[in-house]
Amino acid sequence: MGRTIAEKIFDAHLVDKPDAGSHVLRLDAVFCHEITTPIAIQELRERGMESVFDPARIKAVIDHVSPAKDSLTAEQGKVLRDWARRSGIRDFFDIGRNGVCHALFPEQGFARPGMTIIMGDSHTCTHGAFGAFAAGVGTTDLAVGIHKGVAVFREPKSIRFILNGKLRAGVYAKDVILYIIGQIGTDGATNCVMEFCGEAVTAMSMESRMTICNMAVEAGASSGICAPDAVTADYLWPFISAECTSKEEALASWMAWHSDPDAEYEKTFQYDVSAVEPMGTFGYKPDQVKTIRELEGTHIDQVYIGSCTNGRIEDLRVAADVLRGKKIADSVRAILSPATPAVYSRALDEGLVKIFMDAGVCLTNPTCGACLGMSNGVLASGETAASTTNRNFNGRMGKGGMIHLMSPASAAAAALAGHIRNSALYTAN
Amino acid sequence: MKKFGGRILFLDRDDINTDEIIPAKYLTVLSKDALSSHLLEDLALPGFDPGRDIAGKGVLVTRANFGCGSSREHAPWALEANGIYAVIAESFARIFRQNMYNCGMLAIELPKEDIERIIGASRDAACVITTYPPNIVITSEDKISTWSFVLNGFDRDLIQAGGWLDYAHKKYG
Repeated sequence: MGRTIAEKIFDAHLVDKPDAGSHVLRLDAVFCHEITTPIAIQELRERGMESVFDPARIKAVIDHVSPAKDSLTAEQGKVLRDWARRSGIRDFFDIGRNGVCHALFPEQGFARPGMTIIMGDSHTCTHGAFGAFAAGVGTTDLAVGIHKGVAVFREPKSIRFILNGKLRAGVYAKDVILYIIGQIGTDGATNCVMEFCGEAVTAMSMESRMTICNMAVEAGASSGICAPDAVTADYLWPFISAECTSKEEALASWMAWHSDPDAEYEKTFQYDVSAVEPMGTFGYKPDQVKTIRELEGTHIDQVYIGSCTNGRIEDLRVAADVLRGKKIADSVRAILSPATPAVYSRALDEGLVKIFMDAGVCLTNPTCGACLGMSNGVLASGETAASTTNRNFNGRMGKGGMIHLMSPASAAAAALAGHIRNSALYTAN
Repeated sequence: MKKFGGRILFLDRDDINTDEIIPAKYLTVLSKDALSSHLLEDLALPGFDPGRDIAGKGVLVTRANFGCGSSREHAPWALEANGIYAVIAESFARIFRQNMYNCGMLAIELPKEDIERIIGASRDAACVITTYPPNIVITSEDKISTWSFVLNGFDRDLIQAGGWLDYAHKKYG
């Protein structure tokens, strides 16, 4: 019987089956940040289990609150920093080199096809864009992963999403994933892997695939996943060129991480993405989705462009295309956080930063900050945001605030208008 | 191993997320006990008052997709810090469910009809949960109702070991 990508990765990493439905897997990478890792470090220390399974397979970053905003966050950073140092973790990214984990780690080539990856962060599913099984876990799973290099998962059931057609101008990966979550609901893929395939996925950049996989958890999925292809090989080439003589060789070896034609899926959904319009959320759940057209006119106090969903260079280019030569509305404040220093630097080189500053957008350093209401753009009660992030939960960006999730193009358009509207890049035909 | 039971906290809503269970602004603490007074403080649910309703409860009964959103184990820890060691729901988000068992606590799934009947019980209902055999006994006024639930072998082992860290340490040493 044929197997899915996820089943192949599980088979190749299986260490133990403690019962019929549970799989203990060997981990290829454990990613860490300063919010969920310090308590894991403390728990391990208290039990005398301080050693790490493999310092080369552990990557750590301070990203959620950076620079530290108070003594508590300074302490969290210090716990992670000191631990990385004494554990011999070379890939540790502190301020100046740090960025939003799910943008920074792929940029460093840490996510590869066929890998098993965990992190104490629900949006770890992002790395599935590279053909990896990448899942968010809690602090206890993280502690075991750090110490033993294993993690436990239930059956790797997959749901297949075949995305056909070509996106219209002004419609992006973010619109597609919001549309899909609107269709299947916030528990539409619980305990499953969301496998994305079809001509529209093949046509997508790695950045766009990451945007789609990033929000898989908003439908309850453990991981998003895309089969590795030529786009993957181009992106990873700087990191694999020492191991492979050619991209073709890499692609051939990655065929091990493609689903078989007769693989079994829990469900299969097919969508024609050429019918998808720019989308936005309206309530407190990511499946409460409408078209931007239907949301048009909704007053916006703050625009936020950034995060592990939409803070990459592709996103900044789109936002700059909308804002070029224009000024944001007087009634709006706009904040943009490039997701990594490389993204920021590239935006400077390409003249995007000048466009943002001339438009009246505030640029911050790379950090998760405002997305989860921790720093750098918390909403006041009663305020409304147009945001390129991934969660519109009640109070997420600040108690009493309302968040409308949307693409960078739509968020930039909202900044210009002071209310939700379609960007000029979108034409209905 | 923990003892499971106590008076029931009812949260009659689907999709209660981990931001509602414990807001992100409290993720900066380095001790689990510091989360105790912030459990469910931002939950918007008519009639629910965390200051009044949480004290003295040992079991939480709720609807579908409980614990969706962030991976924060601070959500089970905040429950644990308040003496709530078991959550009974129609369904759970994957990470939250795993986090509960990883902490040696119970996340029990029951069919929607059973949840309806439990939520219909008196506000003063008391609950005792056993893991072997897996049963829930709810005493409400003079009425006693019993439900059995499915507890996978591995989940039971985690409960008995007191969590995944101790289990993994013994088994994968």
